[in-house]
Amino acid sequence: MFKRFKPFFALGLLLSVFFLGGCSNYIVLDPKGPVAAQQKDLILYSIGFMALICVVVYVLFTVIVIKYRDRKNDDNYEPDQHGSKKLEIIWTVIPILIIIALAIPTVKTIYDVEKVPVSASGQKKEPLVINATAVNWKWIFSYPEQGIETVNYINIPKDRPVQFRLTSADSMSSFWVPELGGQKYAMAGMETKLYLQADHTGTFSGRNSNFNGEGFAHQIFDVHSVTQSEFDKWAKDTKSKAPKLSKKQYDQLMIQGEAKKMTFSSTHLKWVDHAKEADYAVKTRERLGEVPQNPHGSKQKDANKPESDTHGESHSH
Amino acid sequence: MKWDEFFVTGDPLIYGADVSIGLTVIGILFYLTYFKKWQWLWTEWLTTVDHKKLGIMYIASAVLMLFRGGVDALLMRVQLATPDSKFLDSQHYNEIFTTHGTIMIIFMAMPFLIGLINVVIPLQIGARDVAFPYLNAVSFWTFFIGAMLFNVSFVIGGSPSAGWTSYMPLAGNELSPGPGQNYYLLGLQIAGIGTLLTGINFLVTILKMRAPGMTLFRMPVFTWSALITMIIIVFAFPILTVALALMTFDRLFGAHFFTLQGAGMDMLWANLFWLWGHPEVYIVVLPAFGMFSEIISTFSRKTIFGYKAMIWAMIIIAGYSFMVWVHHFFTMGSGELVNSVFSITTMIIGIPTGIKIFNWLFTMYKGKISFTTPMLWSLGFIVNFVIGGVTGVMLAMAAADYQYHNTYFLVAHFHYVLIAGTVFACFAGLIFWFPKMFGYKLNERIGKWVFWVFNIGFNVCFIPQFILGLDGMPRRVYTYSAASGWGNLNMLSTVGGFLMGVAFLILVYNFYFSFRYSERENTGDSWGLGRTLEWSTTSAVPPHYNFAITPTVKSFDPLIQMKRDNVDLKPKIKDIKKIHMPDNSGVPFFMSAFFFIAGFGLVFEWFWMGIVGLIGVFITLIIRSFDPNEGYYVSEEEIKETERLTV
Repeated sequence: MFKRFKPFFALGLLLSVFFLGGCSNYIVLDPKGPVAAQQKDLILYSIGFMALICVVVYVLFTVIVIKYRDRKNDDNYEPDQHGSKKLEIIWTVIPILIIIALAIPTVKTIYDVEKVPVSASGQKKEPLVINATAVNWKWIFSYPEQGIETVNYINIPKDRPVQFRLTSADSMSSFWVPELGGQKYAMAGMETKLYLQADHTGTFSGRNSNFNGEGFAHQIFDVHSVTQSEFDKWAKDTKSKAPKLSKKQYDQLMIQGEAKKMTFSSTHLKWVDHAKEADYAVKTRERLGEVPQNPHGSKQKDANKPESDTHGESHSH
Repeated sequence: MKWDEFFVTGDPLIYGADVSIGLTVIGILFYLTYFKKWQWLWTEWLTTVDHKKLGIMYIASAVLMLFRGGVDALLMRVQLATPDSKFLDSQHYNEIFTTHGTIMIIFMAMPFLIGLINVVIPLQIGARDVAFPYLNAVSFWTFFIGAMLFNVSFVIGGSPSAGWTSYMPLAGNELSPGPGQNYYLLGLQIAGIGTLLTGINFLVTILKMRAPGMTLFRMPVFTWSALITMIIIVFAFPILTVALALMTFDRLFGAHFFTLQGAGMDMLWANLFWLWGHPEVYIVVLPAFGMFSEIISTFSRKTIFGYKAMIWAMIIIAGYSFMVWVHHFFTMGSGELVNSVFSITTMIIGIPTGIKIFNWLFTMYKGKISFTTPMLWSLGFIVNFVIGGVTGVMLAMAAADYQYHNTYFLVAHFHYVLIAGTVFACFAGLIFWFPKMFGYKLNERIGKWVFWVFNIGFNVCFIPQFILGLDGMPRRVYTYSAASGWGNLNMLSTVGGFLMGVAFLILVYNFYFSFRYSERENTGDSWGLGRTLEWSTTSAVPPHYNFAITPTVKSFDPLIQMKRDNVDLKPKIKDIKKIHMPDNSGVPFFMSAFFFIAGFGLVFEWFWMGIVGLIGVFITLIIRSFDPNEGYYVSEEEIKETERLTV
């Protein structure tokens, strides 16, 4: 696909090295999986064209501004020119060609990243399914096949595609692991799907990238990519040794706030599917008397004091 | 409600602001009283329906809002300069970036441009005023009071903190309790009325009030850009009005349009918001294009290159602006086909924009370029806007956008578009038409300092943000860890931000310096290179009736034609006839005061107060409807005296 435009590609690489000063240090340009790699290729390809456009405009700009600056000795010169069909056609057609050259790989990649990724060895594997649920300000991950659940971290087997089924218990969030691939929104009352895959073992950081209030900056999670056998062992150990997730515990997680990493040997999927029950978290907060308060209200200011009356009041909801 | 809930408390920054606001108000009141300026203020400004004065008030308010939004920006930059900074807490930071975005777009960029449009367009088309001068005053006052209502949130009740996009369900009662978000809804709603009225007013003005001989394709490019902008406003703003009303119902009356409960649809808000929001981008950028066209043409001493192509490019951009809104949320999972279609429509917008860039370049080609400050800003625009444009095309490529979305790459991109496009145009236009408004130029030497400091600061601030985006730094985070490695680039960006702040201060100093020392103009054509009718007035600042005799237009760039034909611009005594002009009115001012009462009441859900305010608004409408006033005539003697014609 990209062969025809190889010169641009090379120019893009060159300029991005020049401008970005060793781009491979920047995580979006340092992919650790096939999805992110496809996106990186597309990004560098487009940077090539963009650099070319900038160069053309800047060269023209410099020449014109220097050459046609007002000089003292040409008082008699009265400029008189108002257009040129030929020139105008040139700078209409060239951008159209550039847009076509960009649109084709874009559309191809848009379709590609929605497909199950193919591993480096070329073999197609059955994807591992992980349900990722955003709650202000944490991530809850359920492994329906393994019957286990984690908070704020996941283990995934390397070289195997993972299908994330994204949803949210409250605000609109965006699930993003930049080293593995681009993001997608997680929204209450619906489910979106995102395929990712890691080609390497290691720990990659993921986060919610869509602003959702006070704890937004800390709504992060770790993705541990391990070998398939390590993953299987971890899943088995977790199933047998980790505590079960109780409904009471899960409802506590629905309260707004940050959370530590947690591991459970059962999932919440049997009680609630946030993709179908959008108001579960809101109702739970009301029931538990943990409704968010006006940040400038007096209740909030008293909240630090132990045993405040206001706390008791709000339980009566 | 307790008092400590009503006034924002608990932060030394806020107390400092309280004190400075109090002192400023006392200072202004003292000045007006001591120098007996109340009468002057009321008759000359608060009740005026003159498009030039309303324009100046728009611009003054916009500069004030630029200061407020700029301070917000610098506070954010201080917080982000170092990792794990404790300068601002999360809530405070969230409020500041929300008000920064909202103020800069709605209360700075738009009024600044509308102000310049107000001052210039009626003059450019040879009209005495706009089609509906009274309505123009209503527009200004509703904008102004909407902006004030929004700004009050800073000290009373607390500011909104859900971002200028206010996505649901975050902005709903469940996740954003308190009056903050209501300020956003009502402030924008009231100001939006003004914008919509401006849209209608100037649409009619440009279509119906042009001087004889000025056909559509003899209109200056700036007039064209204003006309197209007004059409976008008329189509886009009703969408915002409806969206804001629906969210207001959700928050105040328990409706479920966008909420988590009751099968509300949060993506519906995102769609409605951007269905207005994307055209809004063009509302603030097309007039900028128009101004740059005027300035580049004037200071290259050449007519605009490819006039018709420029106009058609703007018309195509305007049409496409309604067909690209989904690119603001490619990551919503709309599916491959939808994302592909919107990717392509978005990229196509690059074509007419590219055409315009080349037309500007070739307007200068074979010209005689003089590097005045307005021209410098226009040249700076071309250089910087190209970066905004090409990164825009990169963002349009949906599959790559999944990696840019919600990051500093995006933040850097839209600042390159909005600052290099809109803000540069505001500065360029203000400096260019400053003598038309006040009768003297801003000092050029100080102006060049402003330009260079601002430009360097701007690039130092935002280039690092492209790289931060590619390094995975999300927008709107109030802090980041040292381990992320984003510290150095953020510090650099902050330095750039402060340079822009310094440039703003120099600009303000230039206002003072030029007021004191600038030479006063004695012709209407202050730059000596004017091409359009606004430079053909006999005095530097046009009298309230603009033209003693309505000019007749024979070609594009009419003033150039008149200069070639050696037309004497001084009116002949025998041609002077009395001129019909509208009377001043205090009603728009009172109407907006009632809007404030209504808005403030609704913000705090004091419905009695909301009802009282709305009844007041209704009464002012009735007063106007039954007002038999038909305006007045400027006598021939007065015109002769103003034009210094001796019998």
